[in-house]
Amino acid sequence: MDLVTSILSIAVFAGTSLVFATVGEIIAERAGILNLGLEGMMIMGAVTAFATAYATDNAYLGVLVAMIVGGLMALIHAIATISLRADQVVAGLALTIGGTGLASFLGQELGPGGGPLVGLIGPKFVEVPIPGMSSIPVIGEILFNKDQLVYAMYLIVPLVWWFLYKTRPGLHLRAVGENPQATDALGVNVFRLRYLYTVIGGMFAGLGGAHLSLAYTPGWTENLTGGRGWIAIALVIFATWNPARAVVGALLFGGVNAIQFRLQAEGTTISANLLNMTPYLLTVIVLVAVTYFEAFRKKVGAPAALGIPYNREERV
Amino acid sequence: MIGFTLEKRLETSTKTNLLVLAGSLLVALSAGALLLLAVGASPLEAYGAMLKGAFGGRLEIVETLVRATPLILTGLSVAVAFRMLFWNIGAEGQLVAGGIAASAVALFLPGAAPWVPQNAWVYLPLMGTAAIAAGAVWGLVPALLKSSLGVNEIITTLMFNYVAILLYQHLFNGPWKDPEGFGFPGSAEFGEFAFLPRFTGRLHLGLVIGLVAAVLVWIVFTKTKWGYEIALIGENETAARYAGVSVFRNIVLVMILSAGLAGLTGFSEVAGVSHRLQQGLAVNNGFTGIIVAWLAKLHPLRVVVVAVLLAGLLVGGDQIQITLGLPAAIGQVLQGAILLSVLGGDIFSRYRLRMIRTTAKEA
Repeated sequence: MDLVTSILSIAVFAGTSLVFATVGEIIAERAGILNLGLEGMMIMGAVTAFATAYATDNAYLGVLVAMIVGGLMALIHAIATISLRADQVVAGLALTIGGTGLASFLGQELGPGGGPLVGLIGPKFVEVPIPGMSSIPVIGEILFNKDQLVYAMYLIVPLVWWFLYKTRPGLHLRAVGENPQATDALGVNVFRLRYLYTVIGGMFAGLGGAHLSLAYTPGWTENLTGGRGWIAIALVIFATWNPARAVVGALLFGGVNAIQFRLQAEGTTISANLLNMTPYLLTVIVLVAVTYFEAFRKKVGAPAALGIPYNREERV
Repeated sequence: MIGFTLEKRLETSTKTNLLVLAGSLLVALSAGALLLLAVGASPLEAYGAMLKGAFGGRLEIVETLVRATPLILTGLSVAVAFRMLFWNIGAEGQLVAGGIAASAVALFLPGAAPWVPQNAWVYLPLMGTAAIAAGAVWGLVPALLKSSLGVNEIITTLMFNYVAILLYQHLFNGPWKDPEGFGFPGSAEFGEFAFLPRFTGRLHLGLVIGLVAAVLVWIVFTKTKWGYEIALIGENETAARYAGVSVFRNIVLVMILSAGLAGLTGFSEVAGVSHRLQQGLAVNNGFTGIIVAWLAKLHPLRVVVVAVLLAGLLVGGDQIQITLGLPAAIGQVLQGAILLSVLGGDIFSRYRLRMIRTTAKEA
């Protein structure tokens, strides 16, 4: 396998959790709910996925539990911000702070006999080459020699894109985030839709966390997500709230991870700590570039009612 | 059919506010109790041990105040920025940048400039100034990106946290590692001229710095024109622009103050507690500062009270790890739960919940 193929292959693998989290956040933000609890939901998804898979010896159950946990955490955010009209920025931060603490707590309690999970080796998703397609030169290795969750991503992204832009419920979803007053007047239940899509967004974040602890870096360590939830929030802006473009961004970041691996494997003299800065610095650079060019075109594409609580009695 | 409706309160009495706060705390503590029950611990015993571990005696209170010192400063840092709705999530990184700068002065100035008198009266102000400057620089990049291009400050301040923490880990594991440290990661110990004076136990002058800073920020908020401008931008940016307030200038100035305070926290921690650059500087004080600031409703003097209470949660959490073998992370879980329930509960201070009977199904 040549260098470029190997880097692209790792990029897809490393980018998968980012794609799930970013697409989930796009769904929630399109409905008008900014959920900065992404990092907290991802890390809770990661720890519960691994704990479940370890206890039941079934990685699929781990994914299921991670999605339920992500959805439940998003439900807390929905109750606080939609029904109780709490500030979305601070509520999301609280979810991340609480979720990170809870994941650390559970990581020390959910192991065998109430012990720690750290250091355990459990079931994981491994590469399942797709017969025929995986032997296509170059592309086969990059795309079709991956685990099941990567294949799930190939299906989910086009599906979400189609749902958002080509279906009536998708239109309602976007409308709720753009102009909830008008959508309400059309007889669409703004509250119900915002609840629904916030929770679905959380389920995607949990799924992203599950890919980390069950496939990408199997097992549990504190700080497993390492800020991926936050990078995903930046990717939402990069993608201008379009799931198809989110894939490009996530691959870019996966690629940076892959190059890092290569450099470390080749025994570079650059300190790992300095090398690890690249994705975070890249996030800032990409964000600056996107903001600059979008401002130039006078449209950033953010849903107009993003972050604003909807209150039937207060017309804007 | 019976339903509920929210009715706006014309005014909120102190009694209502206190009741809502008590209710919110009860919700958060109940959630924590469920978690403790789920792992087979007795919530009453655990909470009792936490309370005792944090405030049960002189030693415990001293330790809680040591833990509260950085939280007062980061809480103020966040309160200053949030006051004008500038979401500085980067106090953690700004704190670390300040700690690095203060350590650089203490470690390398004696060699580079031996003529500088090696006493605390000279060194501590130099270290403090370096820390404020480094924190401010760390915060200024996101501030300038926001004010000139409109780049989302939540993401940039947050990403700079990771960069600062990785730089700090690189330094004390690599170039700044003590050659005589028997392989342990960490810089050499500072000279004694770079120690903040201690009162008792580990309690150091940083607490006084925090208290003075709280009063100064309170004066800025309530007694100065600048404080009024900051609040105005936070309330209504458009109105502020019409009133001739420069938003660009204020974003930059506010971030210098906010990030400078976070940088000063780094100085207080390395010069007051660790006396060297080592693991333990980036322990979420910047993030906890967000909780402190919000629970204090961005009021500088209340920040002090909330910081002490939250420090109690953290120290109590450490204590039950030692005495009951429960994960210390329970302290952080409770903080998140308290912030969420207080946020959610706030609506009941502003609105009254009324039960209504409806004859037909609405909407």
